[in-house]
Amino acid sequence: MKEKLAQRLILLGPGLTWLAIFLLIPLLLIFVYSLFQRGTYGGVVFDFTLRNYERLISSLVLRIFLNSLWIALVTTVLALLLGYPAAYFIATSPARWRTPLLVLIILPFWTSYLIRTYAWIVLLNREGLVSRLLLSIGIIDQPLQLLYNDIAIIIGLLYGYLPFMVLPLYASIERLNPELREASADLGATPVKTFLTVTLPLTLTGVITGAIFVFVPSLGNFFVPELLGGGQRIMIGNLITNQFLKARDWPYGSAMAFVLMALIMLVLLFQARMANRSQVESMDAG
Amino acid sequence: MMKARSLFTSVYFWLTCLLILTALIMVACGGTATTEAPPPEEPTEAPAPAEPTEAPPVEEPGSIVISNWDAYMPEDLLDNFTAETGIEVELALHATNEEIVGKLVASEGRGFDVVFVSGQFAEALNNQGLLAELDHSQIPNIENLYPEAGEMAFDPGNKISVPYTWGTTGLCYRSDLIDFEPGSWYDLLQPVDELVGKTTMLATDRWLLLPGQKALGYSANTTDPDELAEVRDILIEAKKTLLAYDDTTFYSKLVSGEASLVEAWDGWCNYGIYENPDIKFVVPNEGSDLWSDTMVILNASENKEAAHAFINYVLRPEVGAWVVENILYKVPSKAVMDQIDPELIDLFPNLGMTPAELVALDALQDVGDAQQLYSETVTEILASE
Repeated sequence: MKEKLAQRLILLGPGLTWLAIFLLIPLLLIFVYSLFQRGTYGGVVFDFTLRNYERLISSLVLRIFLNSLWIALVTTVLALLLGYPAAYFIATSPARWRTPLLVLIILPFWTSYLIRTYAWIVLLNREGLVSRLLLSIGIIDQPLQLLYNDIAIIIGLLYGYLPFMVLPLYASIERLNPELREASADLGATPVKTFLTVTLPLTLTGVITGAIFVFVPSLGNFFVPELLGGGQRIMIGNLITNQFLKARDWPYGSAMAFVLMALIMLVLLFQARMANRSQVESMDAG
Repeated sequence: MMKARSLFTSVYFWLTCLLILTALIMVACGGTATTEAPPPEEPTEAPAPAEPTEAPPVEEPGSIVISNWDAYMPEDLLDNFTAETGIEVELALHATNEEIVGKLVASEGRGFDVVFVSGQFAEALNNQGLLAELDHSQIPNIENLYPEAGEMAFDPGNKISVPYTWGTTGLCYRSDLIDFEPGSWYDLLQPVDELVGKTTMLATDRWLLLPGQKALGYSANTTDPDELAEVRDILIEAKKTLLAYDDTTFYSKLVSGEASLVEAWDGWCNYGIYENPDIKFVVPNEGSDLWSDTMVILNASENKEAAHAFINYVLRPEVGAWVVENILYKVPSKAVMDQIDPELIDLFPNLGMTPAELVALDALQDVGDAQQLYSETVTEILASE
């Protein structure tokens, strides 16, 4: 038993230390900041107050939060609709093709997301490539404004986070025993029915994991709305950034960040429970 | 079949996923520094210290750390300074005033010797007790400045800051795409039909509010909540006609024709004029701001002598002229502006604005606690439908 404990410590130690220093302590710091008052020029004055949390309950903050939630949700659903077929295709293609295809999915990560976002500006602006191409082949007769709206933000987020949807989906589809699908077909189920009653339920873990991998960073993103949204749409990430960089209101920004993190933690907990349950189920099925 | 599990379903796969996610989030967070700045040209580093200068003019030259906006001084300025004085300079970059002020407040001013910030932020830093009082005997070249440059409201007498550049904010437009001559903030706020969707405004708090403040006849430093509410309302209406809020690429939007009329700092409009001579700049008749980007020395600096030497060097007429030619901003020094080739001023007319014209505008000041009100006003504008 002792050996096992030592082994566990060696395996977990570095990770736990890392998390404690770079996650737990900053998180605590944010919580502490959120309970005090702002300094006129930033920083924190150590007078206890709950006012930062009271201020969160305003229609303005709520509106921005709901708008962010909406954008993140639409991004997630679209990512699922685009990502599932792609993952299914890769997972069911010949084994020697899978690795190259997955590498292609991951390839964009080799360039900074920020730079790739600028590339979208070049593509989508009114004098940009897409608009000019459509003009020259006569599909439109007026330059097309694709940038600086919610759709542009969603395109940017979807593009950036789609691989996070494909990878977990691939993992769970690939793990699925193809004999199950064959059995379903043999028993007379149509392909659609097989998909809905066999494939989809058994890959639900991947769906939920992918959805969370896309939803969480989309919700907090602040540079895509700034660049592709033309700064005209403000998301919760922008609001938090602004408290630190512009309003010099660290405690209020901390309170916002803390509440947001608490909400995300709840979502993650939910995901963990779902994952557990479906694992148990698939074990029963296996 | 379970035995056929590939690597991708294993623990390693998930670990890789997590790693990529973490890296991405870190990139996203670190991204602030670069979002608003053009890609760094080449971080100027002091030349290798292997061979000391033959006759260093200062006894112990030492080294200093400065922070400036990217591409806001000639590329060779630091090298020339080091070659002459033996003082080595490490350059850090900041994208916005807010960013460097945040860093300095968090570190209590440690880590930098000289920092370039706009005047109202110099004032804010000084109110925090972070700045050193300047010793004018170590900056003899301060004599070269226009007298007006020593009278700006954020720091009368240049006690804590020395202006590096100054200028104003106005309308920058494509004279070939607009069939009238804009001259009022209302041309931007309530654009004619042809201009709807073809205008941009600056995204940083003070300059986002400026067109509204001046159009309504208020001070650019107003802290009156009623006035700011009116400003908010007029700007919410204006937002519906905008192409975007843009602090960094508005001049390329003009060049590409994506925008026809933008709110711009005079110097940045010059970057547009440089690429397309049909671009013009005008200060609206309702008035505008007078901003100044200044050099300040941190109280925590351990090499104030070298820091003063650096400021003194930048204030030299020939160095200042080199700055103007490189970055196309006005330097508030008669000795400098007298050296500027009149042809350059013909090309970029706003370089020729006189000190008298500039000081007639509202010198931007720190608004202290009202900054919260400013931010709230801006948030309400940005969140409006």
